Order: sequence, then C-alpha cells, then structure tokens
Amino acid sequence: MGSPIPLGSARKGLRGIVASVGDNSRQPLGLATDFTDELERRLLEIGFVEGARIEVLHEGFIGGDPIAIRVDDMSVALRRSEANVVMVRPFI
Amino acid sequence: MSKWPTDAFRFVLVGNPNCGKTTLFNTLTGKKQKVANYPGVTVESKRGRLISSSGRKMVAIDLPGTYSLRGRSPDEAVTRKAILGELDGEPSPDLIICVVDATNLRLSLRLALELKSTGIPVAMALNMTDIAAAQGIEIDVEGLSRGLDMPIVATVAVDHDGVVALVDTIDQMAQTPIARQTTIWHEQTADEVRTAHQMASALIRNHVKIPEHADRWTRRIDSVLLHPFWGIVVLLGVLFFIFQAVFSWSTPSMNLIKLGFDTLGETIKMTLPDGMLSSLLADGIVAGVGSVIVFLPQILVLFFFIILLEDFGYMARAAFLMDRIIGGVGLHGRSFIPLLSSFACAIPGIMATRVIDNRRQRLATIMIAPLMTCSARIPVYTLIIGAFVPNHQFGGFINLQGLVMFGLYATGIVAAFVVAWAFRIFVWNGKSEPFIMELPSYKRPSLRSVAINVLQRAFVFLKRAGTTILSMMILIWFLSTVPGAPDGATGPAINYSFAGLIGHALQPLFAPIGFNWQIAVALIPGMAAREVAVGALATVYALGEDHGALGATIGAQWSLGTALSLLAWYVFAPQCASTLSVVRRETNSWRWPVSMFAYLIVLAYLASLVVYNTTVALVG
Repeated sequence: MGSPIPLGSARKGLRGIVASVGDNSRQPLGLATDFTDELERRLLEIGFVEGARIEVLHEGFIGGDPIAIRVDDMSVALRRSEANVVMVRPFI
Repeated sequence: MSKWPTDAFRFVLVGNPNCGKTTLFNTLTGKKQKVANYPGVTVESKRGRLISSSGRKMVAIDLPGTYSLRGRSPDEAVTRKAILGELDGEPSPDLIICVVDATNLRLSLRLALELKSTGIPVAMALNMTDIAAAQGIEIDVEGLSRGLDMPIVATVAVDHDGVVALVDTIDQMAQTPIARQTTIWHEQTADEVRTAHQMASALIRNHVKIPEHADRWTRRIDSVLLHPFWGIVVLLGVLFFIFQAVFSWSTPSMNLIKLGFDTLGETIKMTLPDGMLSSLLADGIVAGVGSVIVFLPQILVLFFFIILLEDFGYMARAAFLMDRIIGGVGLHGRSFIPLLSSFACAIPGIMATRVIDNRRQRLATIMIAPLMTCSARIPVYTLIIGAFVPNHQFGGFINLQGLVMFGLYATGIVAAFVVAWAFRIFVWNGKSEPFIMELPSYKRPSLRSVAINVLQRAFVFLKRAGTTILSMMILIWFLSTVPGAPDGATGPAINYSFAGLIGHALQPLFAPIGFNWQIAVALIPGMAAREVAVGALATVYALGEDHGALGATIGAQWSLGTALSLLAWYVFAPQCASTLSVVRRETNSWRWPVSMFAYLIVLAYLASLVVYNTTVALVG
C-alpha cells in the first residue's frame, strides 16, 4: 500500500482504498467551507467511506475531467476538484 | 379524486435513483395513475390505484429517488416531507416500500436503515433479482430479512409474479397493522452516515455473495461509450439520430393535426354566421388549441428517446461526456438533457430541468433554455431564408440556405453559453455546486413503462401549455380583432385593432433595427407562439392563408437588412407567452420569467441593431 494521494490527482487504472473523506486540512482546496461540508456528506452518502475499494475507470475527454470511479459495487462520476476531498491509498 | 377512496391503504415507494422504482410503480398500477404537483413546490407526485387479490383498495405513491432523507434539493425534501407527513393535506403513509436494486445493495441498505428510523413500517422490494442472478450475485433473502427486521419480497420490475407477491405482502401487512413506533429520525451527521455504512457492509458480508467483476457488460459497454474519442462519436451519432427522428418522423402527423384543426376552423366559419362568436371560436380557440397540439408528435418522439435512454442508463453517460463542456460555464452535466429537449420546444425542456438537483444550475438551465432554437422558429426561419437567401450549392454538398439555418442554431447555442457564464459570475457570484452522479449499470428498458411515462409527459404538456396558451391566445385574438375595421376601410382589419394601434405606436422603437410597421404589428399576435408570426404577417399583408405568396411579397418589399434583422430578432426574442408562464410555474416566482423576458428582449434588440446596421453598411 502506498501513501494516501488525493483522488483528484489519480490517473485512469488506479486502484486503492479510501483512506479519508473530507476535513482535509493538508489539502487546501480553495473551496468554501459550507461547500466542502456539503460535499463530504454527499460523497459519504454515495459510498465514498473509509475502506471502500476504488478504481478509476474513465477520464473525460477534455483535460481528463470529470472522472468515473468504481466505488465498491457501483460507478460514480465526479469532478477532479471535488474528488480531491477523498484521499486514496493506492494498491502497488 | 372521487375515484380515490380516502380510507384506502396508502404506501409510498422510496429508493435510490436508478433502482427501477418507477418501472415497478408502472407495473403495480398500470395506467391508473394521476400526476399532480405537490402544493408549494415544483416536484410532481405520482400516485396510482390498485386492488389486492383480497379486494383491499390501495394507493401507491411514487416518491422522487434519493440516497438519503436529508434532502437538500426540492426533490429530496419532498421525499422526506411526504414520509414524515409534513406536507399539507398529506398524512404520513401507512407503509414504506423501500425499492432496492439487487445488483447494487450497499447504498440501498443504508437508506432502508434510515427509513426504519422513521417508525413507519417498512418492507423491502428486492428489485432486479433476475439481473442479479445472471451476474452470479447470491442473496440470502431470509437472512437479510432477519438482519434488517423487515419483510423482503424478490421482484423483477417488469415481471408480474414478483409484483403479485409484493402486493400480497402489502395486503398482509395492512391486515395485521404493526404499531407505528415513534420516529427517531434526525438528519444524520457525517459520522452517523459512516456508521450506517458499516452496518450495511456487515449485512452484505453476512448475507450476500458478490463475484469479482459481477457486472462485466456495463464495464464493456462503458469502455466504448465513455471512451474519450469513441464516446463522443457515439454521442454525436445518438443526437443526430434523435434529431432526425424528431423532425422527420413527426412531420406527417403534425401535418395531419394541422389539417384537422384548419378544417375544423373553416367548418365553424361556414356553419356560424359571420361575427365575433365565429371569429373567437375559429381564430381564437380552435387556432389556439391547434397551435399547441401540433407540437405533440415532436414531444412524443423526443420524450420517447429521452426516457428510453434514461431507462437504459445512457443519459448519465451523456451527462458525464458533456459536463466538462457545459460545466465550464457553470451548468451541470445533467443540464444537457433539458437543453437538448429545448430544441424541440422550451416548455418540455424547462419541465425536464427537474433532473438537475441543485437550484442554481437548474435556474441557469431554465434561463438559457429559450436560446436553444425550438421547432416553432423553423417556420419563421424558413419563410425569411426562402425569400432572401439564394439556394446556392458549395462544393457539391453545402447549401447556402442550410448554412444560414445552421448559423442561427449555432448563434443560439453560443449565446446560451455566454449567458450561463455571465449568470454564474454576476448572479451567483461564481459559486458552483458539486457534480456527483451515479453511473447506473445498463438495463434493458421496459417498453411498457417507457410508453406510460411518455404518455404522462404528453398529458402534462397538453395540460400545462394548453391551458396557458389557450387563455393567451384568446387575449391575443382579442387584441388583434377588437375593435373591428370601420366601414369602408381599405387596409386589413388587424390594422384598426388594438394590436394594430400598439404595433404602430411601437414602430418608431423598431425603426432603428429595420422593422416596418407590418412587422411591428405582426409581433403582437406573434407573442402567442413564434410560428404564429408567419400567419400574422400574412394577415397584415392581407394575403390570407397563402404563405407562398407571403414569401414573394416580403421578398419584394423588405430590404435584406430588415430580413436578417428579423432573423436575429427571432434567435433571442421571448416571442412565446407559454414559455414565460411555464417558467413562472416551475420557479414558483415572477422574478425569473420577468428577468428572462427582460434579458432576452435586450439581447434581441442589440443583435438586430448590429445585424441591420452591418447589412445596410455592407449592402446599402
């Protein structure tokens, strides 16, 4: 297992485990606090919880954004800037 | 509602988006459905009647799909309020059916646990068990039922047997009512969501066996449909096909409808003595209703494809592919579907913005929907292009008339992006909202369910647009007819009416953009709907119904500058009273339709001003 990286910087094919969601003071995102609170809750509700298995399935055709992520048994699309709230520990 | 007994057993269907809930609802209730708006919000309630084998009368209510009861968006808030009995005149239901996609259990189980905390009895419909079995997913239904402490019925949304078993279970639960517990529901904190996830994961570990790579087909299809190159190729192909279908398949029936209403109008005029009554019936009411219903075939074809692709799972992919393009200006990938619909008619497009779950992006989408070239503009464009643009061919396949038409569409789209961007910067101060969207696994759509949903949309369209446009048409008929022409009048009757007076009074305002008084007068009845302007021009030029002669007349009398200026006007101008009233209804406020009218009029005037003066300077 590697050290955690922000999901927003992951390339296609990356697989790993969610290390943490939200409250990511090490990663200044330039997003408003109420936005990140809402984001954390929505990410949790759609399955991004600590320990969930992650795979980056697809990247958008302009600038590789948004990204399609396999989260456990389902696929979710999100923008890279929002995915940065999720830290992933990649499988090596 | 007289056919809907108030003492009937009421149950709600709740589930994640894409769990097959609406298909199940359609199988449960068939065509015995009623669509209405919840009071005070714009979200629709769908309810249907059914009778169990024991003869119990029941009412099923389909609630908007959601991942939790927290509900920020109006849609999700309705689900919570309906369950907790917080809506006016709407007691909380006797039973909750939690509809669950058997191939995607985790999030559904968390929702089921949250639903239990409301204290209302909950049963689970384990849907799409056929697909789960085909994928090799094994579910210990009895164990799961014990673990969740709720009855579980395996169903296949389109199949009758499972649905019968579900109705029997509901019937038994109605027979021996479980005491309702006090609700302990509260908005879950982030940590409570985490705990609930752990409980759901434990249930899955104990009762469900999921093979590695269960859903191979969705992965395979996505490797093409979400491919950076092939995905776009397929998307463009799908769009091209839909547009071909919308415009070519619906033409014969549109002509038939038009012919029918024209004949009816003429029959009325021949039967009744000449006068106000005959004119009101034929020119006001029949022509007004006809001008709405003529778009029905296009709406039907368009919604058929939208709902088919949504049920198949493709619409979320289209949103994924388009998000970067339209997301940059502050829209949501999901704005793409409503904007696409707006090419047929802004009314269904604006109605379709309900799929966008945050308010800012929904309002931005509504505001730019009228800039998509709707099919009502085509008669106006065709008339002017036919009269002024030569039918030249370039390089064997590019036609000058077609090129101008394309330019008008492109101008509308570019303007929409600019307006959306300005909206984000100036109205929302640069704020945006998260784009988090499930990409559901692909499913074979049920044609019956698609048909029911298409007919429902058609009915809603007829009711909404029909009632509004009818009253507007009567008003506009009144303005264009009253007062009648005096004895010995030489000009067309409309010239002496209120519309004529208003048109003449406004003409000095329109002079800088090259409009003559005939155009200014025709714009008044043209407020009813854009294509009405063609007939109104024919009336002003006293040509009757002969639109071929109209092309020749304006070709001889207008300058090129006037013609191009009117084209530019029609790209932007809010010449559609029913769009404005649908915006009023969907946003529940006058603020948005008034701002829409104002900004579109300003853009139209500026565009016409530039086009007219440039043309005059170039051509003379």
